[in-house]
Amino acid sequence: MTATLTVREPRSATSAGPRPPQFRTIRHAVVLAKRNLIKITRTPEQLIDVTLQPIIFLLLFVYVFGGALGGGDRHEYLQFLLPGLLGQTIAMSSIAIGQNMNADIEKGVFDRFRSLPIARSAPLVGSVLAEFFRYLLLCVITIGFGYIMGFRITTNPLHLLAAVGVAICFALSFAWISVWVGMKVRTSGAVQGVMFLLVMPLSFGSNTFISASTMPGWLQAFVKVNPITQVVDVVRGLMIGGPVATPLGWTALWIAGLLGVFFPLAMRGYQRRT
Amino acid sequence: MTDLAIHATGLTKSFGATQALAGVDLAARRGTVLGVLGPNGAGKTTAVRILATLLRPDSGSAVINGYDVLKQPEKVRASVGLTGQFASVDEDLTGTQNLVLIGQLLDLSARDAKLRAGELLEWFDLTEAANRVAKNYSGGMRRRLDLAASLVGRPSIIFLDEPTTGLDPAKREDMWDVVRSLVDDGSTVLLTTQYLEEADALADEITVIDHGRVIAHDTPHGLKRVVGGQRLTVRPTDTGRQDDVARLLRDISGRAAENEGRGALTVAVDGDTVLPEVVSRLSAAGIGVDELSLHLPSLDEVFFTLTGLRHDSPEEVVA
Repeated sequence: MTATLTVREPRSATSAGPRPPQFRTIRHAVVLAKRNLIKITRTPEQLIDVTLQPIIFLLLFVYVFGGALGGGDRHEYLQFLLPGLLGQTIAMSSIAIGQNMNADIEKGVFDRFRSLPIARSAPLVGSVLAEFFRYLLLCVITIGFGYIMGFRITTNPLHLLAAVGVAICFALSFAWISVWVGMKVRTSGAVQGVMFLLVMPLSFGSNTFISASTMPGWLQAFVKVNPITQVVDVVRGLMIGGPVATPLGWTALWIAGLLGVFFPLAMRGYQRRT
Repeated sequence: MTDLAIHATGLTKSFGATQALAGVDLAARRGTVLGVLGPNGAGKTTAVRILATLLRPDSGSAVINGYDVLKQPEKVRASVGLTGQFASVDEDLTGTQNLVLIGQLLDLSARDAKLRAGELLEWFDLTEAANRVAKNYSGGMRRRLDLAASLVGRPSIIFLDEPTTGLDPAKREDMWDVVRSLVDDGSTVLLTTQYLEEADALADEITVIDHGRVIAHDTPHGLKRVVGGQRLTVRPTDTGRQDDVARLLRDISGRAAENEGRGALTVAVDGDTVLPEVVSRLSAAGIGVDELSLHLPSLDEVFFTLTGLRHDSPEEVVA
């Protein structure tokens, strides 16, 4: 450091205008979401789970298992698989947010945020907001790559947009589980372990890859109540036709339930984390 | 009581079976520096985290800038800046991005936040590194950026948790200058440190804590009087002449010299004329020395004097 340090602190005419408090938290969350996005540009490897992973799943299930699973008709199976995969991979990629938040806390960055006069929820909400862009990217990649492989929607582009919207809404509420786990466990590696245990049975014990009618009764019961099944039904219905209203109702209930339970739990975990 | 910017009484905090704070009182008048001196694991960081509303105490109370940390944490957060022991800047962001982020969270407009970031980066001599990612900063630069981040909102009270630990001596002096200029501008500073020298250089009053308890509170002058002011250390080249040196030191100081190991003898001394006297007596006796120094007591020696016990540095309890 040079002699500049001994210079008196400069006083400039910056001023904080009074702003309505309800918008403050949202604005702070947006500012913090921007921080997360900047961080993603620094280490683009963070995007593997929303870019390469869905491509690998598409290739694996269509070309390796597709022949057997689809009864010989790969194209038909791709039509069935892709909407399901969208719902499944999006839940899978929620693992990352808990890991990142755990790492942020360990590094002390969140101490800084906690020592500022901002709402305690702002850093958490900001992180979840930033996830929106990751999920959007995942949808674009999955559908785009699917199109290259020959997938076609049989409805219309508006339905497709609605399908993407529902999948992202579900993912944003599901992400709070990951945030909560991120607050509770000690290391980011442990977040991955715990979340994997949760996400694996939910994503494979669903109608993503195979119609539930081929499964034993007890498993069908699980598949039926599995939220991922409901999301997949909605997305599938909106993309290739089928009943939407009932699974949409269930999905909305799940979204409300996940938010109602895990947002407060995550907040409490965050405030108690020392 | 209104002239106290920081006023904590009877703070206790346990983590599981470990008691980090066992009833700590801290007080700092407005515009002064309070030094909190103690070894690793004494509870310094825990105390700072409670005062900065990052932790809730198990019992006790703390009032910062007139606001209760438990009842009005938002007001407290608006009054304080915190610089942690472990620099908490975002490594993936540039210097400017780090400071602009804080500015925007403090409700500055994007333009004002940028201006403020520019000012602070210049003040901390980081202008050239402004657009580099903090990951590539040196330890000292990171520390400065961290301190700059805590000053974005012009807090009237600043907590500095071991701001110079791990910095080389020149950087330490620079950090001291920053602290002095903050106080000149009217800020109140609470500074934790492991070095009596640092507390002596900066603090108006010093609270010594150990194992979660306050074991002394005094001005630097008063504390030095208690612990015996300066220490004189002499290490003769010829270790066979240690006894001669010990005798000589006893003559001068009237106290028995302690063997520091490595052949060095240390004794507490009073007055400023000791050094020339020692030099001439050593030279008269024909004793060559490898080391001859006059210094403030180390933390270890302070604790020895205050508690009568050599301080066995405990495990770091709380990060």
